[in-house]
Amino acid sequence: MALVVPSKLSSPSPFSALFSRYDVNGTYDEMFDAAGRPRSYCRPLFEDLRAASHAELRQRQLEADKAFLTQGITFTVYGDEEGTERIFPFDLLPRIVTAAEWRTLERGLTQRLTAINLFLKDVYHDGRILAEGVVPRDLVQSCRHYRREMRGVHLHRDIYVSVAGTDLLRLEDGRFVVLEDNLRVPSGVSYMLANREVTRRVFPALFDRYRVAPIAQYGQMLLATLRAQAPPNVSDPTFVVLTPGVGNSAYFEHAFLAREMGVALVEGRDLLVHDNVVYMRTTAGLRRVDVIYRRVDDDFLDPLAFRTDSHLGVAGLLNAYRAGNVSIANAIGTGLADDKALYAYIPAIIRFYLSEEPILSNVETYLLANASERQHVLEHLDSLVVKAVGESGGYGMLIGPHSTSAERADFKAKILADPRNFIAQPTLSFSRSPCFIDGAIEPRHVDLRPYVLFGDRVTIVPGGLTRVALRRGSLVVNSSQGGGSKDTWILEE
Amino acid sequence: MLLSRVADALYWISRYLERAEHTARLIDVRLDLGLDRRTDSDGWDFERLYDTLRLSSADAPSSPAAMIDALVFNGSTRSSVAACVTAARENARQVREEISSDMWEQINALFLRLNQARADGTWSARPHYLARMIIEGVHLFEGITDATMGHGEGWQYLQAGRFLERAEAGASLVDLYFTEGSILPPAHLEWVGLLRSCSALEAYCRCYTADFRPPRIAEFLLLNAEFPRSVRFAAARVESAVRAIAQLTGHGAGGRAERLAGRLHASLDYGQVDEILSDDPHVYLDGISRYCGQIHTALYQTYLTYSIEAALPA
Repeated sequence: MALVVPSKLSSPSPFSALFSRYDVNGTYDEMFDAAGRPRSYCRPLFEDLRAASHAELRQRQLEADKAFLTQGITFTVYGDEEGTERIFPFDLLPRIVTAAEWRTLERGLTQRLTAINLFLKDVYHDGRILAEGVVPRDLVQSCRHYRREMRGVHLHRDIYVSVAGTDLLRLEDGRFVVLEDNLRVPSGVSYMLANREVTRRVFPALFDRYRVAPIAQYGQMLLATLRAQAPPNVSDPTFVVLTPGVGNSAYFEHAFLAREMGVALVEGRDLLVHDNVVYMRTTAGLRRVDVIYRRVDDDFLDPLAFRTDSHLGVAGLLNAYRAGNVSIANAIGTGLADDKALYAYIPAIIRFYLSEEPILSNVETYLLANASERQHVLEHLDSLVVKAVGESGGYGMLIGPHSTSAERADFKAKILADPRNFIAQPTLSFSRSPCFIDGAIEPRHVDLRPYVLFGDRVTIVPGGLTRVALRRGSLVVNSSQGGGSKDTWILEE
Repeated sequence: MLLSRVADALYWISRYLERAEHTARLIDVRLDLGLDRRTDSDGWDFERLYDTLRLSSADAPSSPAAMIDALVFNGSTRSSVAACVTAARENARQVREEISSDMWEQINALFLRLNQARADGTWSARPHYLARMIIEGVHLFEGITDATMGHGEGWQYLQAGRFLERAEAGASLVDLYFTEGSILPPAHLEWVGLLRSCSALEAYCRCYTADFRPPRIAEFLLLNAEFPRSVRFAAARVESAVRAIAQLTGHGAGGRAERLAGRLHASLDYGQVDEILSDDPHVYLDGISRYCGQIHTALYQTYLTYSIEAALPA
């Protein structure tokens, strides 16, 4: 279906040329309704875009790209020798979410993270949910991210997941569903903040026409979240952000967050453990560290406990943690709950601990460990998306409708070799949003990743990272796979 | 509170930038002097430039383009401008949370501009502007640093790195012109070139008029108290940075780094140019370089690479 430009605008003008390649094809469009009319809250943005010229938008795009480049807001692509440092493609046009939609998301995400924290505490202590058979014990214990070392370890305030970056998709009917929970070391929040800064610079006038909820307080909120879980006997805790170092794809973000919070950014080699206490090496001698916001995966945190070949971690950190002398956020072992097979049980987990119905739905998920579901999936590989349970970042995925028969045969063999390692989901028709591409405005698929913080209570900064699948027709939004991002506006009431 | 690794990175940011600026200035001066060469002489002579940069003069190319390529752009020459700017930026990237955003953006902009210049090749017709761009880029970074970063311990490491590099490079440059058997003929233009290599021509003239006498030039570049590129000035800054670091980290006065920096500064404060030149200037100037090396080592041993055993709580 072609875009219906309101009648008084249908006369040929140089401006509507911007939208000439636009089509509304039945998937949910973030700006236009099914009839091709701009949604009421998108009208001011639409009008401004119609009044803008190519040249003007191009100029703004250039300014925006330059801002990212000079600020060094870049990421690293692994396995790419040349030009490993790239800017994260930024799309000019903001994506708008209404206050009412946001309220639902906020309630749903709060409910979800609350239940997940209760689940993790339960699994690493009494295992009530396993005893009652709501979640299969062997599913939990066979998870690659399950950490036996965490059994019986008391965490201050029982906070396991302090920061979650939940991936949401909007389906045809306009509802948001949860695709992934991202409970280990979710990244991207710096792009959310940087995108807003850049949009404010290149579209200042638009901010007069919209009341956009501010997000700049994220650093402060994160610090408050970390403070809530400082060891209770410490009156003035020392916080650090632990990064794998400059070579990590999200290094910019680690430095950014440390600066926003006003705390030290450390690498494993800056830290040491003595007598179960963590210290950092400063010019004035060793200084005790109380709270570590780590951006290093469990596997690499402590070469004595986990991967012995890790140079990113701190020898003895696990024992210091178990002794309660240091807090680590997110806790060790949270990856268990974002295993893609366990994901299928999150609605049951919410009902079990909170006696509530889930506010946000899951995407229908087939567990391939389960023989009947496996059979169905193997017969329909060409229409499903298959994912490895422990992977993230768009790696280890088969998108059925876009796959070759060789790829499908390859995945079939992998699935049969280790069914527990895979899940399948229907190929979703998720929403698209207008993007400025090659001099015209075209629709592209987008997701939404809000950042959910859990300290004294659950807090969510009103915003999120909207990731864009920049290639036409592509469904993959990950930055490592040709994705970009755009600013996300949550409107105030 | 400053991480040792961060102090190390800050120190090297300014040290590398100082080195890049020094190289750019020498290139600029040498290209300019080359324009006055006699028409019958064949081609360019960059051997002298390589000598002043303490590089092997046998490697000196014979065309400005090849020289610029080697000394500015060639990333595999460790002392090239590009290598220094890249290393400074890499260090800055590691301490982005410690320096101001403005500082980062400036050093990143310098890096990007340098890459851009190499890519589009526009510098080859007017290499002077390339050198100016580098010098200005470093000056801007210094100005932005002073204006946007707290003058605390981290800032002191930036000072220490910059002025140690400056003292060492200054002494080494003067050494080359005054040591016996120097390859440099005492031509008028060369002496002016030496002053210009330190941005000191105007300041010298104001002090001594345009009467260029080698002992006065040596006195100005080594012992002037007010000129920011004199060795004495640099030594004073090194001493004050080292003192501030000791104080801010609660180390008692009179540590090894402080004593070394104090002695270096005093020897320049009370130095006599006629004595320096009538004895063996090389011994004196080489001594300055050695002091700089020892101050560096003492700083590292006291604050950055100290043994953990010694630092653990009792």
